[in-house]
Amino acid sequence: MRSLIRRRKAADAPHDPAPSRLGYRYQRLLLTPGFRVFVRVGVPIILIAIIATSWFSHEENRAMLQARIDDARQGFQTRPQFMVQSMAITGTDAALETEVAAVLPMVFPVSSFDLDLEALRKQVEDLQAVKSARVKVGEAGALQVAVNPRVPVALWRDGTILRLIDAEGIQSGTVIARSDRLDLPLIAGDGAEQNIVEALALHAGAGPLRDRVRGLVRMGERRWDIVLDRDQRILLPGEDPVAAFDRIIALNEAQDMLKRDVVVVDMRNANRPTLRMNEEAALALRRVNETIPNNGANE
Amino acid sequence: MGDLYDSQRAMRQMRKAAMQRGVVAILDVGTSKIACLVLRFDGPEQFRSVDGVGSMAGQSQFRVIGAATTRSRGVRFGEVDAMQETERAIRTAVQAAQKMANVRVDHVIACVSGARPRSYGLDGSLDVSGGMITEQDISQVMADCDVPDYGADREVLHAQPVNFALDNRSGLADPRGQIGHQLTTDMHMLTVDAAAIQNLFYCIKRCDLELAGLASSAYVSGMSSLVEDEQELGAACIDLGGGSTGVSIFMKKHMIYADAVRMGGEHVTSDISMGLQIPTATAERIKTFYGGVVATGMDDREMIEIGGDTGDWEHDRRTVSRAELIGIMRPRVEEILEEVRVRLDAAGFEHLPSQQIVLTGGGSQIPGLDGLASKILGQQVRLGRPLRVQGLPQAAIGPAFSSAVGLTLFAANPQDEWWDFEIPADRYPARSLKRAVKWFKDNW
Repeated sequence: MRSLIRRRKAADAPHDPAPSRLGYRYQRLLLTPGFRVFVRVGVPIILIAIIATSWFSHEENRAMLQARIDDARQGFQTRPQFMVQSMAITGTDAALETEVAAVLPMVFPVSSFDLDLEALRKQVEDLQAVKSARVKVGEAGALQVAVNPRVPVALWRDGTILRLIDAEGIQSGTVIARSDRLDLPLIAGDGAEQNIVEALALHAGAGPLRDRVRGLVRMGERRWDIVLDRDQRILLPGEDPVAAFDRIIALNEAQDMLKRDVVVVDMRNANRPTLRMNEEAALALRRVNETIPNNGANE
Repeated sequence: MGDLYDSQRAMRQMRKAAMQRGVVAILDVGTSKIACLVLRFDGPEQFRSVDGVGSMAGQSQFRVIGAATTRSRGVRFGEVDAMQETERAIRTAVQAAQKMANVRVDHVIACVSGARPRSYGLDGSLDVSGGMITEQDISQVMADCDVPDYGADREVLHAQPVNFALDNRSGLADPRGQIGHQLTTDMHMLTVDAAAIQNLFYCIKRCDLELAGLASSAYVSGMSSLVEDEQELGAACIDLGGGSTGVSIFMKKHMIYADAVRMGGEHVTSDISMGLQIPTATAERIKTFYGGVVATGMDDREMIEIGGDTGDWEHDRRTVSRAELIGIMRPRVEEILEEVRVRLDAAGFEHLPSQQIVLTGGGSQIPGLDGLASKILGQQVRLGRPLRVQGLPQAAIGPAFSSAVGLTLFAANPQDEWWDFEIPADRYPARSLKRAVKWFKDNW
């Protein structure tokens, strides 16, 4: 028979709402501000760090990642937009151009990321004939090398070699014969290349003697000799040689001094210009002095 | 008494620490329910100067951010009876309040409703011989109070200076800086059973909480449900709780007497349960739904189904009239009120200038109670509800929460107690460095 009395089951008993000691502590822990921050920020960071470290600890994973990165970089850098197709050298003549082209060993096309423009510029500027250079990747993927060549202002005879030399005393090449560059003055002697400016000033001041000047010789690394044709030589002082040269030119204008049988005009002491005649003239003068003893006195 | 002084001071330190952290929990461990409120302190008011009394009597500095109540278990007469059960109930309340506040609380301020409180009025005097009253003098005069022998198994819960008198002037609230010869003080001391306090302390500790303050429930419900003029002129607050009824008398904004009657609403419930032979849960339900203390003719006709679970049709279909229910409840309520009357008479309540009586607590919701109380206690009886505090949920503004709300006020601005003053110099240990420093300070 079914029981008439309804028994209370365990489930019907009033529910005990009290949290367990552990649950209570757990909830208090979760309400702790520091712990909350740790759970929200620290735990994800630690998890990510652990996963990343375990992944990177395998050699093949690292290699794969490196290969991926390299591929991506390669793919990006070899895009047609970044490729350098040609080279244009401007600002120089054909001879220097070949010289410049020779020091830039280029196989085109090449990615502009692989070009070290600074190094290229250094390479070009290391050439003697180049004063400065600008290198850039210009439009249409052309490598533009703008060369500013050295301008030779004089020829410098160094032994048997004729060197081109610019205003700063830096040689920028050689010529085979003097006749190749008749427009440039010839200088020689020890230390001549360090006083180019003075030499150029003397050369510029030659005026009517310009055609007769063969060259300038630096004597004893302190003063200049001007060598004219007919083996004539003007010895200039170490100080203020241009003024001394101007006096010679003036003397020459007035008395045609240099057309005479003079070998050396010595201006080393500016107060006492000295002439040395050639041997024949000296003999002739001596002869005249013997026949006409009073010649000089009458004048 | 030294260790009590120290433990109370430690609690004050704890309360300060809790204030600094800004979060403190209020725990009202009652016989019928445990209420937990979580307070957030935001410091003094931000938009107004703090000169004088701030808005809402200075209570705007805190806010209730979590509130929970749970059925109390293992508590009888306001004392912990079954510790495990009480601990679980406290845990339930604290966890729910924490969850609502979404913040962890570590410090808790609790109140005890039972534990046989006993009031003592102390007085002490000090000869200051024409000097200015310093803080040291005040602590000295309080230390000079002759403390009665209240028993080794009791502890001091409150010791508040109620009044200071200087020579022939009495009623000084703060005599510091005044000049006189004879400083006397009246102090109100409340002692309770040490064992009950220990048990509560242990329960709270088992919940990983630190006790940051302890107050008498009668005192704090008086603080929350008496209005300012009642506190000033003299009033008694009667907190009709579940297992005990607290009585506190206030005068000049100080509690001058507190006591507890070990009877409350649960006794009414058990009377109904016994009288009608029904389970306690049913008795509690019909008490709250149909209870009252004044029967009218209508109540004879209002029949209440009291039910049953026996399977016997006749037994399970019993009904009682409401008048019968009232007939059971009224004698017990009268007994409680008469017991309160005895306590008030013992305290000399009739000598107060105003004899306002405020009924609060869950038991004060019985319909018609104010009429009955005015017959027994005196003419000026009103029902009191606790003060409104910021953020308190609607469910927790009833009179049953007056001691919980009072505890929030107690937490926010506690009254000066004896241990809040400096320790008198002669109580320092003899060779203490502090004592030397103090001597220097006093003499230079």
